[in-house]
Amino acid sequence: MIEIKDVHFTYPTGVEALKGVSLSIRNGEFVAVMGQNGAGKTTLVKQFNGLLKPTKGDVLVDGVNTRDISVAQLARKVGFVFQNPDHQLFSETVEEEVAFALKNFGFKQDTIERRITWALNLLNLTEYRKTSPFMLSGGERKRVALASVLAWNPKVVILDEPTIGQDHRQKETLRQFIVQLNAQGKTVVIVTHDVEFVAECNPRVVLMTQGQIVADGEAKRILTNPNIALKASIVSPQITQIFQGLTDLGLPTDVIDVSEAKKILIEYLEEERGKR
Amino acid sequence: MSVFEGFRFRHVSSPIHRLDPRVKFLFVLVMFVAAVLFYELLPLLVLFFIPVPFVLVAGVQRQWLRSLRGAMFLAVFLLVFNLVFGFLSPGTIPWGMSPIEYASAMFLRFLVLVESFSIFFLTTSPDHLSLALEQSHVPYEFTFAFTTAVRFVPVLAEEAQTIMDAQKARGLELERGNFMKRVRNYIPILIPLIVSAIRRSLELAEAMESRAWGAAKKRTNLYVLKLRRGDATLIIMSIILLAMALYVRNFVSPLPTITSLLPK
Amino acid sequence: MTIIETKSLSYTYPGGTKPSIRDVSLTIEKGEFVILTGPSGCGKTTLCRCFNGLIPHFYAGQLEGELAVAGLKVSEHPISEMAQRVGLVFQNPENQLFALSVEKDVAFGLENLGKPRDEIRKRVDWALQTTGIEELRERAPHELSGGQQQRVAIACVLAMQPDIMVFDEPTSFLDPLGAQKIFEVINELNKKLGITVILVEHRLDLASKYADHVVIMENGKILLNGKPKEIFNSETARLIGVGIPKATRLWQMLQENGVKLDGVPTSSDEATQLLREVLKT
Repeated sequence: MIEIKDVHFTYPTGVEALKGVSLSIRNGEFVAVMGQNGAGKTTLVKQFNGLLKPTKGDVLVDGVNTRDISVAQLARKVGFVFQNPDHQLFSETVEEEVAFALKNFGFKQDTIERRITWALNLLNLTEYRKTSPFMLSGGERKRVALASVLAWNPKVVILDEPTIGQDHRQKETLRQFIVQLNAQGKTVVIVTHDVEFVAECNPRVVLMTQGQIVADGEAKRILTNPNIALKASIVSPQITQIFQGLTDLGLPTDVIDVSEAKKILIEYLEEERGKR
Repeated sequence: MSVFEGFRFRHVSSPIHRLDPRVKFLFVLVMFVAAVLFYELLPLLVLFFIPVPFVLVAGVQRQWLRSLRGAMFLAVFLLVFNLVFGFLSPGTIPWGMSPIEYASAMFLRFLVLVESFSIFFLTTSPDHLSLALEQSHVPYEFTFAFTTAVRFVPVLAEEAQTIMDAQKARGLELERGNFMKRVRNYIPILIPLIVSAIRRSLELAEAMESRAWGAAKKRTNLYVLKLRRGDATLIIMSIILLAMALYVRNFVSPLPTITSLLPK
Repeated sequence: MTIIETKSLSYTYPGGTKPSIRDVSLTIEKGEFVILTGPSGCGKTTLCRCFNGLIPHFYAGQLEGELAVAGLKVSEHPISEMAQRVGLVFQNPENQLFALSVEKDVAFGLENLGKPRDEIRKRVDWALQTTGIEELRERAPHELSGGQQQRVAIACVLAMQPDIMVFDEPTSFLDPLGAQKIFEVINELNKKLGITVILVEHRLDLASKYADHVVIMENGKILLNGKPKEIFNSETARLIGVGIPKATRLWQMLQENGVKLDGVPTSSDEATQLLREVLKT
């Protein structure tokens, strides 16, 4: 679906943000691009919808080179939800806000109506259809931004730091929502530095540091590897940290989930009791 | 935008950068007055070259030239306008100069004004400038508004870019359509920008209040501007320049014009 | 010694239909490290703004009940006076820095107070050193990373030498490593300088190990108020959706399955230690 071939990118200011990145994302995958602030995560995902074009190397989306089509055309397939919803909201009503992209893409009026209803329903915003987006709370505005992107049903959805400023419950809801989206066949890419959030979904993790990919694989494997964590300056999930302190007891080290941790510990204790 | 590039301050240090902004401003004012006093080409040529040594000492040649280049459009317009005007009604040109000489003089006068202000802004950091304003008894509210504005210009520029990206990612095409459509296309960019600016102001106000804004009637300052030898020198130079300009204007009459120096 | 005391504090924003905080009664002792948390919209941000006088002086609206901070009745003293006793560090680092150099920003509060120049200089130097940002002195705020900016914001408030510092979700925009550094700085201010700290946070897994007092709010009211281990362990906390540290959650799950640990862990180190004791027997 998305292919990154040895991409280099330097900003006009001279900052080299991507130094030879290669990556393949298949249809229907769930990928978390992780790393410290400044590692190049957002720069990388902005290549996926053509907002940034590589200074060297190629980016192919569905077989088409991003240099050969416009951002608007790419956006049809690759939806991008920005970190701050206030950078997108400008309409008088939530309805118009969601309709914006649909109109830009040339959808017919009745299709637009249907899509708006569907998107608002999906994100529990139906009651706010005629409300001004500026009157809504922070969390609600985030949902409006998300609805306005999902409305045109892109094949790929990119979420840039979706967990910032969210409380625990909101993150839970978001996590379930993302997993559901992915289950429905959408390719989901999230850019995040929230290790605990990723630990709970166990997606494919692409870990970056200083403009390069240092690890690419299952979250469980990558987030529990102390060498990789050191290299990319990330903090391991708390559960992993706990188990890293118990390696001498023969316990596994690749644990990131609380429920799994409980199971392992209980089994271990029962085994020990059984031995006596 | 290149004309703004020419005015932006860079983190350099030179004797000119270290001069008191108030004294530099005095010099700029004198240049301004002198330029306005003359409409003859010869004195304006002299005035035009006076700032050049300062530019070289300050090391800001490239940006200074860029500011002149940016002002070229208007300058050339003035040149052409005065040429046309001069040829149509030659009687209005003083001292029997040729229309070409007169138009060139007006062109130069404009450039003298631009170059003087340019070198002022190029060699004065916004920090220095705000300190000068404060010490010149400008109410602190204005100085603060000025420095805060300067501080947030790069932030707002970045935000504008992010907003454009966000809307482009929703299918907004800024380059297409007729003039009216293009203007309307900027609404999805202006509104988030304005709303964001308002939110930002509120947060800034909260932070200001929380750091005792308005606590004391007489506000003190970490730094203070003191006049030094270089400043005194510049003040004297400015006074001499002004005196000479006034003298030449009032007592050297008629001023030689290039036209009159050319062989008939 | 009590340094903050509220009795039945309630506040409604102008034009608001219901109070943002209701009947809040809270006592905070000098030198405590308090974590204030709860789901979005519970009123924690509103409460913070009461402590330094932004409510009711900057935000009009209706404030009822009593609030005394550092011996002063907040409603009777202007913000500029409260600011010398209570400092407030906000969520967005960028919007707290107005000057063109770090040094000038840190001096800002003291300049406002009209302090003499040499005193300003001394305090600025001290604040920069204490927060570990001496080398950033001449830099412009826009060039700094989020974590650096937030440390500058802390230095700006610290320079005024308040007795209490309130931090409103200071690490929202930072990555975990950046957040950890900020918590370490805050902890230093509390343990070494004795400054009473009130930290509003969602990231309990990183911050809870520093606290000795936790307050959980919901819907404008105080729901739980006490020692960290009791609070994080309570069923109520988990039910209202507070993100208790995973270590505590694991402890709870083991408890449910009959495995008892000798104490409630809130950090990974504590959990490792407690588990070791149980697993080795």
